[in-house]
Amino acid sequence: MLHENICEKGFLDEQFVQLEELQDDDPNFVEEIATLFYRDSSRLISNIEQALEKSPLDFSKLDNYMHQLKGSTTSIGARRVKNECTQFTDYCNAGNGEGCKRTFQQLKKEHSTLKKKLEAYFQLARQIGPVETACRPK
Amino acid sequence: MAAGDVSDLFPVGLRVLVVDDDPTCLMILEKMLQNCNYEVTKCNRAETALLKLRGNKNGFDIVLSDVHMPDMDGFKLLEHVGLEMDLPVIMMSADDGKDVVMKGVTHGACDYLIKPVRIEALRNIWQHVVRKRKHEWKDIEQSGSIEDDERQQKQLEDADFSSSGNEGNWRSSKRRKDEEDQAEDRDDTSSLKKPRVVWSVELHQQFVAAVNQLGIDKAVPKKILELMNVPGLTRENVASHLQKYRLYLRRLSGASQHQSGLNNSFMGPSDPTFGSMSSLNGLDLQALAATGQLPAQSLAMLQAASLGRSPNKSGISMPFMDQRNLFSFENPKIRSREGQQPQMGNNNNSKQVNLLHGIPTNMNMQPNPHGSQSSSLMNMQMSQPQSRPPIFNDTNANHLSRLPSPIAQPNLSNGMPSGLVLARDGNNSVSQAPTMVDFSVHPNTDFQGNSFPLATNNSRVSVVTTKGLLQEDGINSDMKGPRGFAPSYDIFSDLPQHKMQDWELENVGLTFDASSHSKIQGSLNVPPSVLVHQGFSSSQNNVQNQNTSVGKVMFSVGEQSGHSNTQNMGQQLDTHIDGNSLRVKAENNPEASSQNTLFHGQFSQEDLMSALFKQQEGFGSASNEFVFDGYPLGNLPV
Repeated sequence: MLHENICEKGFLDEQFVQLEELQDDDPNFVEEIATLFYRDSSRLISNIEQALEKSPLDFSKLDNYMHQLKGSTTSIGARRVKNECTQFTDYCNAGNGEGCKRTFQQLKKEHSTLKKKLEAYFQLARQIGPVETACRPK
Repeated sequence: MAAGDVSDLFPVGLRVLVVDDDPTCLMILEKMLQNCNYEVTKCNRAETALLKLRGNKNGFDIVLSDVHMPDMDGFKLLEHVGLEMDLPVIMMSADDGKDVVMKGVTHGACDYLIKPVRIEALRNIWQHVVRKRKHEWKDIEQSGSIEDDERQQKQLEDADFSSSGNEGNWRSSKRRKDEEDQAEDRDDTSSLKKPRVVWSVELHQQFVAAVNQLGIDKAVPKKILELMNVPGLTRENVASHLQKYRLYLRRLSGASQHQSGLNNSFMGPSDPTFGSMSSLNGLDLQALAATGQLPAQSLAMLQAASLGRSPNKSGISMPFMDQRNLFSFENPKIRSREGQQPQMGNNNNSKQVNLLHGIPTNMNMQPNPHGSQSSSLMNMQMSQPQSRPPIFNDTNANHLSRLPSPIAQPNLSNGMPSGLVLARDGNNSVSQAPTMVDFSVHPNTDFQGNSFPLATNNSRVSVVTTKGLLQEDGINSDMKGPRGFAPSYDIFSDLPQHKMQDWELENVGLTFDASSHSKIQGSLNVPPSVLVHQGFSSSQNNVQNQNTSVGKVMFSVGEQSGHSNTQNMGQQLDTHIDGNSLRVKAENNPEASSQNTLFHGQFSQEDLMSALFKQQEGFGSASNEFVFDGYPLGNLPV
């Protein structure tokens, strides 16, 4: 259930599947990646948050941060988060500070939602063993 | 690995270096590459990656790099790798905008992957390795390479391009070639025949000299080829090298002014007395040596640089042996090694440097007590304050088989950035003039021995081997690795001993015109190819020490001669990149010493260049300005 849920709802995409496929001999690989991702992305998110509090907004810096964030979100397959990143970038390029802030809130939400889901997923995976991967098509 | 077993399994074991500042991506990529059975090394910083690459030439087959990185732009890394190591580079980014992808293309990336990168995309990256090798071979073949080439080729084919196998083959072939080259010495570039056209120091010097002669704007491959007159070299080889060179110059022009005098720097000391040096290849290394600066150190640096090693910082004391190694084999890599120039400036540890292959290590610029060693041997910025007898550590003197990449030695203790690039072509037996470029900046001194005829005046010739000195411009400032390399190019110092080192300074930016060296006696036969450019960046270090920011000076002439004593080889090459012209401005520091007889007092790069050119042209042109794109050589007042 959880597995299907996590993928069907679009929280994670194809890329995540790839990662799972990669971890043949290393069962913790995906979890390690996810941990790394969260550590790094949380840092970036707080940087962005700080930058968003400044006035006037430094769009190029924001864009820079967002670019970094996008890189890792796409690598891990966090689709929804990535979509927010893209949206944020668009607002950034347009110089739309309000749009950026709004999107950023969304982004944070998606980010933490995913985190919970992944944590649950890994926990489950640990319990039942790597029987099924999250998004493998049934 | 033996070619045999590896080739069968190719691309298994392909050695990939992946660079990305994002730890998540890096880890994922590593895993994916491992799943493809590649041998993966990961870095999260571009500088680290370059260090690894330089430190282990031939240690990798391909590089994967992210575009956006905090410490260095991915494209810059790409350029460096292309010039110095000539490895295929694949760029990656989450950004798929057309202009970014185009940038990748123009900078020479062989592919561009959009993130998220899929493992299927990574499985095929080996094709770029094969393709590149094939092309290189083809070039070589076309050039009518001599047996060596064929030999190598055969090896290559046998090895089926397996990376390790090939590497081994190539490497050994190259080495062999280097040796042969040394023997042949300058006369020609027959050594060209290497699987990839290895732009040895000599060759590069010739190239640079030819380009300078024609004028960077007018330099077309056909004419350059004609001027260089190197058997076995094809127009295609020249064209591709020219392209890289141009990129390099462009890059340099952005970089500060470092004295890039590289290219021309080899101008032998303008002092006609160079004649005595005669052995120098075109480059009056002696003169340079006189200046104390360079030589050994620069050479060392260069070598070190090329070898990717950081020379002992001690002032280049690179044991010449090392340097030798550097040069000797690294052919291809040396070429653009800019970074590697051992900054010779430092003390010339007496031994150092023999970086310049072929550059007679005797470059001691003799008479000049080098007080100021600013041997501006053009690239050598050897302003080694040390009075060390330059350079060349005798031992290597002969070996300088190539000045390997610019030794980025940043600090010549003397401050001589000497990137001495003395690319000697080996032929020069520096026998005489051991003083060849005594780049060692040591004030006074050391040049001895060498009869550096050139050194009559203090010209400091800082021959900066570009390679060493120039450490990639980007990296110049960092000069990280090589920096330490201060192989003192004391090449010159020990010139007499070394004599004949065939230095193939490959990357030595010394544009010592091999041919011209006859003119300059004792001049270092630093093949012009050496000079230039390659590595101007390394000179930076040297130069920087000196104050001169010689950007890529090939020779940092006179890097501020650290010599504490005197001579400063004043030449600080100010690399003023004038637009595109390389102006070698070597500001000579007070010529403190007379010694450097080679170059009198201030050795201006221009003088060097002109001397060099003169040699080439029969002393016709002493124009100092060599239009080197972006390589400001600074004026080396001689």
